[in-house]
Amino acid sequence: MPILPGFLKLLSEIENRHFMLTELPASKKSCVLCLIKKPTYIVLVAENITKRFSGVVALDQVNMELHFGKVTAIIGENGAGKSTLMKILSGVYPDYEGRIVYKGNTVSFSNPREAQESGIAIIHQELNLIPYLSITENIFLGRELETAWGTLDAKAMRHQTEKLLRKLKLDVAPDTLVHELKVGQQQVVEIAKALLLDSEVIIMDEPTSAISESEVEVLFEIINDLRRENKAIVYISHKLDELFKIADRYIVLRDGKTIESGDMAGMTHDRIIQKMVGRGITLMRKTPCCKQKQEVLKVEDLCLKHPTRPQENLLKNVSFSLGRGEIVGIFGLMGAGRTELLETIFGLHGKQISGRMCVEQQEVHFKSPAYAIKSGIALVPEDRKKDGLVLGLDVKTNICLTTLESMEDMGMLNDSKECNLADKYIEELRIKTSSSAQAAKNLSGGNQQKIVIAKWLATKPKVLLLDEPTRGIDINAKNEIYKLIQALADAGLGIIVVSSELPEILALSDRILVMAEGCLTAELPVDEATEDSILKAAIPKTI
Amino acid sequence: MSPEVYMEEKKEKKGTSSTKAPAGATQYKQHLVKFQSLIALFMLCLVIGLLSDKFFTVANGWNVMRQISVNICISVGMTLVVLTAGIDLSVGSILALCGAITAGLLKFGLEIPALDMFIGFTVLGAILAGMLTGTALGAFNGWTITKFKVPPFVATLAMLTIARGLTMLWTEGFPISNLGETFSYLGTGWFLGIPLPVWISGIIVLAAVIVTKKTRLGRYIYAIGGNESAARLSGININRIKIIVYSIAGGLAAIGGLIVTSRLDSAQPNAGMSYELDAIAAVVIGGTSLSGGRGTIMGTVLGAIIIGVLNNGLVLLDVSPFWQQVVKGFVILLAVIIDKANSKGE
Repeated sequence: MPILPGFLKLLSEIENRHFMLTELPASKKSCVLCLIKKPTYIVLVAENITKRFSGVVALDQVNMELHFGKVTAIIGENGAGKSTLMKILSGVYPDYEGRIVYKGNTVSFSNPREAQESGIAIIHQELNLIPYLSITENIFLGRELETAWGTLDAKAMRHQTEKLLRKLKLDVAPDTLVHELKVGQQQVVEIAKALLLDSEVIIMDEPTSAISESEVEVLFEIINDLRRENKAIVYISHKLDELFKIADRYIVLRDGKTIESGDMAGMTHDRIIQKMVGRGITLMRKTPCCKQKQEVLKVEDLCLKHPTRPQENLLKNVSFSLGRGEIVGIFGLMGAGRTELLETIFGLHGKQISGRMCVEQQEVHFKSPAYAIKSGIALVPEDRKKDGLVLGLDVKTNICLTTLESMEDMGMLNDSKECNLADKYIEELRIKTSSSAQAAKNLSGGNQQKIVIAKWLATKPKVLLLDEPTRGIDINAKNEIYKLIQALADAGLGIIVVSSELPEILALSDRILVMAEGCLTAELPVDEATEDSILKAAIPKTI
Repeated sequence: MSPEVYMEEKKEKKGTSSTKAPAGATQYKQHLVKFQSLIALFMLCLVIGLLSDKFFTVANGWNVMRQISVNICISVGMTLVVLTAGIDLSVGSILALCGAITAGLLKFGLEIPALDMFIGFTVLGAILAGMLTGTALGAFNGWTITKFKVPPFVATLAMLTIARGLTMLWTEGFPISNLGETFSYLGTGWFLGIPLPVWISGIIVLAAVIVTKKTRLGRYIYAIGGNESAARLSGININRIKIIVYSIAGGLAAIGGLIVTSRLDSAQPNAGMSYELDAIAAVVIGGTSLSGGRGTIMGTVLGAIIIGVLNNGLVLLDVSPFWQQVVKGFVILLAVIIDKANSKGE
């Protein structure tokens, strides 16, 4: 038989070419072979995906496969790389290392539209619908049907939309404006959009974070239907209970690496949590502060109303206290209300709050941040580029912005006073900049963060609130900031650190508060806290 | 010293030296950008001077300066507003209203029939009343913008119509003329060999430079325009600063109105039409970013001078006024395109 050797030769050529082109280790070979052998149920394979953001590795050699007719759960802490991976799959980030094989072909999408057209749809946490257009108009946006005359074929689009909505059991007219729909219904419209394109892979990023329980039931029914139609679904959620209900397979990511993947059957809560956090603590623990502490901040029954839904509370009866020289760590998953808590203490939600707050035994009410600053409270916000710095202005101006009043001589700003203050903090915090006249935007993330801290230290605060102080900065800068935080606490500041990185919380804090869905769910001294116990308290109980 | 600490320090040195190079480059570029408008102005003068022998005369020089002094008054206020990432379309109308109010009070005084009262005004009193009106209308702009979150474009567009309507009501549609010699000295007089309007605009520019560079208010203006959210979190009372800025813009427009009225010895109900556009043009040509936070008063002054010289030159060269508008439009476009190209590298 002349055909068989020829076929074998061809096969080995394919293999070799892959080998030579990519120069990857032998494990790759089996992957390629596996594709050839079982093409029937694998829809997408991501191999050795690495993604860097200006030097910081967000994804490190991640591997995953998606199967037809299966719901794959992506599990991981905040910052584990879930969203980055999904953004690569859906074409948002076109630059990455590694390879994506979709339905047997290597693909590389240069934009989300290309990914959509080849059948990979993503439904973001923040829905991408245009509120004042109708359902039909939203579903067909960018791919409108036209008549022979070149006008919009409203009838055909409406008809197709009706069909889709019926299939998804959404009982509203196709002409309804999207902003009139509930969030859950809007999500269904997004799914309809994905179905219109005959998507094979539908990625859902935290689909239940903003919808009610009954809406979750509806969503799960839809997902079950889609599964029966052989769609591959990627499901990202922090709510582990949900994953046990809906997912067939799971992939655990941690620190940008694939930790484990497999079938959901046989997995337990505890095992998943262990996989999510299971890592050694690399940071040095500080010696816990002395117990006899003077109370510097006290919060009692703090509630914060939802800005648009007045019957809901973003913070529910939060009470705690903070001592001089103490570092309290607050942990919580996305949406737990950590940032809102800090903002509330800082006076950013003046009117929607209730409860009591005391600074050094004096009861205070902050109408705006200016009042909070006067009482000695400082907030280093989560997003330093958006809320912390005026990037276009120089280092000196940014540092002095909070204390300009003391820089004045007879109504004029005294340049040398400003320079002195800026130089003092540049030296003390070891801010790496060519001069204090350098624009803030030219500095690295770690140094920018130090500027934000410097500008708050200049106000001589009693309480320092730090929201994700090491987000997006490299490991050396992180360590420096940890040292700085501990030094500040030793100098007598009361410090609250909000972080979604468990090792950071464990290494820094004297005491750990855990939040879930706006409530404080646990308060643990650091020597009793473990990653497991913290994460258990942080996972929302309701679905 | 542990090896780890040593490593860190080594890195620190490295970091310092590597950040120095781009800093020097941007500084160099900034200088280039600064001189760009100056070079453009110089070339413009040269070309016009070569084509027309009337351009480089002392009389024409003062003429240009006097003509642009009104625009400088308005554009300085506009610069402050634009630096906060706002815009003020109402300055032209405010200019007309304040000029008319000053003229009316000066000529006819104020009669309040309900109280059976008549108030006469001295020149100074009438001038103060005009400036007060402008400041108040500006404050009203700031109030609607901050209190009701009306976008500045819309709020000041409304004020454009309101102030124009009030002008028509006050003047009943007719010019108010013959305002007396003392008042007309403001627009036509000379002091120490320099026309008075040039003095006025010069003092305003000087004050504005000091405010932007040397005071808390100026710093806050840049901070708000550069990043409003960060400014609010720094404890800055953003609403207060914005109201102050719009009030200043209104007050400066009123001063412009005084100069115009005094020079013509007449308050025209339709004075100041589209002056806001000239002011915005000067701001933009001067390199101030319409998205706020970046720009200088001196840049705007240069922008105003470029527009003034261009207008003057085109008149001297006997170019049709219709063409003048076309040319001015293209100059604005060119300025913004160059500005964009310059800031692309950042």
